[in-house]
Amino acid sequence: MKSVSGIFGRNGLRALLRDPRHYQISVLSSLILIGLFAYSFRLPWWHVVGCVGATLVTQALADRFIAKRPFDPRSPLISALSLTLLLRTGSVSLSILAGVLAVGSKYILRWRGKHIFNPANFGLVIVSLIFGAAWISPGQWGAAPVLAVLLLGLGGIVTGKAKRWDVSLALLGSYAVLLFARALWLGDPLAIPLHQLQSGALLIFAFFMISDPKTTPDARVGRVLFAALVATVGFSIQFGLHNSAGIILALILCAPLVPLIDHLFRDTRYAWPQFSPSHTPSPSQGVTHVHDLTPAE
Amino acid sequence: MSMTLRLLSSAIAFGAMAVATNASAFCGFYVAKADTDLFNQSSKVAMMRDGDRTVITMANDYEGEPEEFAIVIPVPTIITKDQVHVSDPALLAHLDVYTAPRLVEYFDDNPCNRMQYETEMRVFRALPQAVSETVEDAAEALGVTIEEEFTVGEYDILILSAKESDGLQTWLEQNGYKVPEKAKQTLSSYIKQDMKFFVAKVNLEARADSGNEYLRPIAVAFESPKFMLPIRLGTVNAQGNQDMFVYMLTRGGQVETTNYRTQKIPTDQEIPPYVKDEFGDFYKSMFHTAAERDGGHGVFMEYAWDMNWCDPCAADPMSDEQLQELGVFWLDNGATDIPQPQPRIRPRPQSKDVFVTRLHVRYDAESFPEDLKFKTTGNRDNFQGRYVMRHAYDGEMVCEAAADYKKQVNARRETEINTLANLTGWTRKNIRKKVEDDTGFFTMDDSAPKHRWWSKLWGSE
Repeated sequence: MKSVSGIFGRNGLRALLRDPRHYQISVLSSLILIGLFAYSFRLPWWHVVGCVGATLVTQALADRFIAKRPFDPRSPLISALSLTLLLRTGSVSLSILAGVLAVGSKYILRWRGKHIFNPANFGLVIVSLIFGAAWISPGQWGAAPVLAVLLLGLGGIVTGKAKRWDVSLALLGSYAVLLFARALWLGDPLAIPLHQLQSGALLIFAFFMISDPKTTPDARVGRVLFAALVATVGFSIQFGLHNSAGIILALILCAPLVPLIDHLFRDTRYAWPQFSPSHTPSPSQGVTHVHDLTPAE
Repeated sequence: MSMTLRLLSSAIAFGAMAVATNASAFCGFYVAKADTDLFNQSSKVAMMRDGDRTVITMANDYEGEPEEFAIVIPVPTIITKDQVHVSDPALLAHLDVYTAPRLVEYFDDNPCNRMQYETEMRVFRALPQAVSETVEDAAEALGVTIEEEFTVGEYDILILSAKESDGLQTWLEQNGYKVPEKAKQTLSSYIKQDMKFFVAKVNLEARADSGNEYLRPIAVAFESPKFMLPIRLGTVNAQGNQDMFVYMLTRGGQVETTNYRTQKIPTDQEIPPYVKDEFGDFYKSMFHTAAERDGGHGVFMEYAWDMNWCDPCAADPMSDEQLQELGVFWLDNGATDIPQPQPRIRPRPQSKDVFVTRLHVRYDAESFPEDLKFKTTGNRDNFQGRYVMRHAYDGEMVCEAAADYKKQVNARRETEINTLANLTGWTRKNIRKKVEDDTGFFTMDDSAPKHRWWSKLWGSE
């Protein structure tokens, strides 16, 4: 322990654990491993390598030539892992394309210093809409991994690793209200909405996709409104248009409204905690809300 | 006359509800007794889907008195006479065989003539799944509208829409159907989802005229974004599990359920050759064991293949005419398809854009509260339930390699016993006994001169 402190500085390890992205990277990687070994996902390793490589390279190039700042692999890694979990395809080039689109969208589709679309959501939706050989499999998770996702998601909230837990809970809450309201109106047994809530894709989406601090509204009121909106649009697509990926489509449709919501409900913008092994952050520097609008992702 | 309402089980099983005068008829229909033809109480449905266009062909294996046959199936749209067709039961039977799990066998060559495996292969298929050879004013007052009324083949068909379930239930009862009390809630849910009701009875005169001994499958064509099969009515009064086979034919790739997890049955396993004589039992036990490992229920993919070929083939791929009769609506009508002797293994040169997925669903009301919803994926990977038996060479073997070969075969047989026990849940003891009765293990001949490593060194011995 002492040696670790020696490497990272006295508060270094704490700082390492503080960055929510580290928790997210570990959780998403664990889910992929669970899917691979326990639920035989159809996921060749070279797809993972292709997608991770594509996001990292895109980010490295964009950081260097567009944003002109040091390369940080964490955000693209999260995008790649989310894509790996949710995008199914038989073609490695589509995995790579999804990764490039995901990260590329952050540098190109921007409004007032903030990117508009959730990167993984953007890559996922665009590739699965355009190419028949890529799709989203909402039914790929059984009941057991759903429990795992729920535990890890809630675990993130309880331990404070999820900085945007309000979005996750507001989304799941609104969606649950809609599902139960529908069941009550139809006179269906409550087993049906309960079953519908046990969707691995829904939970992964709620805890690990829509909760991205960089693309959600800055103010808590705005975030809760945004989550309710996404839930309503997703519910409508799912049950009105009979598209099982409704909630995932809803995010890309609602994302352009975030600047408007930010305009209505102003608050400080989120920035990832700054951490450097050579520099011990003081407690005040560990605060996650800063005012300057760096292009850091 | 009272009608017996058969919940959609096999026959029309999937969303249908049969009306019964006595509840015990249901139980008899649905309860699966242990070890007795579990799958006999299964429904078979072929679904052809492209875009929003759908054709559903439902096998009818109802075996009771025809005048008592009655079904109620929720459908997404109003159906007119030209959207209904009575189909040839042989087609679903053919599709069932084509997609069935298969057993292949290989014969070892004499190890003394150099070991050659896989010289001959034959294909066995799982036993076919018992496919069968094969008042308007009053209605209006009840809020029930008879949208369409027509006869197709041996069936009298009504398409009903309803404003509320009480009226629908009353109407059905007044017209000789007795609806289980518990079905009312489900009917109400379907009514609110703007579903219509496809109600069919047998027209005895038309049936006599047609000369068919059995009730034929009903095919229905419609256009709706809903890609689903209603199973809820069928589980209302059912006790225990039900099995349904869904044969999905699409232009895309594999079809999977979106609200339940689709998994694959175990495949490519080597099992003892004696299983050839009880492959049907093997299939049932293997499926049962796989389902039990997932809580006793589940959606299992048993076959997914491009319809142009198969390898090995449990039956020939279906011809364009057969597919079209079944309901595949996107084939080019101009294409000629002259039946030719089919090779057993090689792909056929012609190409048609049909991908088949066979899903085997075991469900009950508790584990499958929601209707089955599907999606077509872009996954065109082929998958089949395939089991391999390898016959050892049993002629005279006189050479040094024979001893090694026999050892290998004995080890292989041990592995096969374990594999079979693991797949089926059968006891190793019973399997071993059958293996020994069938082929036995090679006994190693200890009298043969033992060659020690030093025997060649100095030429001793």
